[in-house]
Amino acid sequence: MILWELFWGFLQVGCFSFGGGYAAIALIRELVLSRGWLTEELLTYIIAVSESTPGPIMVNLATYVGSTQAGVPGALLATLAVVLPAFCIILGLMAVLKRFTENPWVKALMTGLKACAAGIILAAGLEMLAGNILGGDGADWTAVALSALLALLWFGGSRLLKRKPSPILLIVLAAVLGAAAYGLSI
Amino acid sequence: MISIVEDACVDKRGWISREEMEELIVVAESTPGPIAINCATYVGARQGGLRGAVCATLGMVLPSFLVIFAISRFLDRFLEISLIANAFRGVKLAVGILILDAGWRMLKRTPKKPLPLFLSLGTLAAVLLASILDLRLSSVVLMLGAGALSLLCFGLGRKGGGKG
Repeated sequence: MILWELFWGFLQVGCFSFGGGYAAIALIRELVLSRGWLTEELLTYIIAVSESTPGPIMVNLATYVGSTQAGVPGALLATLAVVLPAFCIILGLMAVLKRFTENPWVKALMTGLKACAAGIILAAGLEMLAGNILGGDGADWTAVALSALLALLWFGGSRLLKRKPSPILLIVLAAVLGAAAYGLSI
Repeated sequence: MISIVEDACVDKRGWISREEMEELIVVAESTPGPIAINCATYVGARQGGLRGAVCATLGMVLPSFLVIFAISRFLDRFLEISLIANAFRGVKLAVGILILDAGWRMLKRTPKKPLPLFLSLGTLAAVLLASILDLRLSSVVLMLGAGALSLLCFGLGRKGGGKG
């Protein structure tokens, strides 16, 4: 049943999203692609929308997928499922907050989990980039050029500013460049 | 995000101390889920027990829930406009770069020791290989494996160290 699948899928995402919003994106990507809930294309659009709206990305994605798959009940259940693990874990840890982070077993476990998450996120990024550039039939040279330009601006910008520039800025810039490049070439 | 939470809960309302806030951020980074949710749950529970935790967490989720729910109702139709569709083709590229950058930053923060590096690069290779060969590989299984291996190595290292 779709409601149960949504709940169970997003509960797993909520339990394993160590390492912030982008770790959750990699997990959600795997979930929605394997179930056919979203296409890669639509997923990236929603990630961009989530970056530009308030609230954590994983909550936004859960709400969107739940809503498009099963309306209001789907949106409520998927959102609940993705938040529930974080909620329960913090309530459970309240009394031992400090001791928890200083426990050597916990430290060892977290190092391993975050290392694994880094690999998962990098792989998701590479797959998405490859998908964007290669497209359906051969290389999309406009996409290659735009990606190179955006990457240059993003990584060059971080170097120059000595801090991470706002992702929203990059998204807006990409929207303008995309509209110009694809609008003119057709 | 963290600075907004800190401003609201520490400076303006005095719900928790700055020290507590710093501890909370460390814990939030080592537990799954968004930091904002972790903070809301913790502050809510400190101020009003279970009811407080539920209310604060709901309060944190509600605005984004409403915004995205509204967007989910019309995004498809919105994308049919060709100007918007072209803009989103550009945006898609930016999202790929942002994700790659997030992964790269996380890899740089990974301790430069054999086990974490093996786990990072091994996971990366395994996921890419599975996707090229069109096999299904669950990230959850990979993370459970990585967690188990970390605990095992830590336990063995400790035992060995004790004897030697």
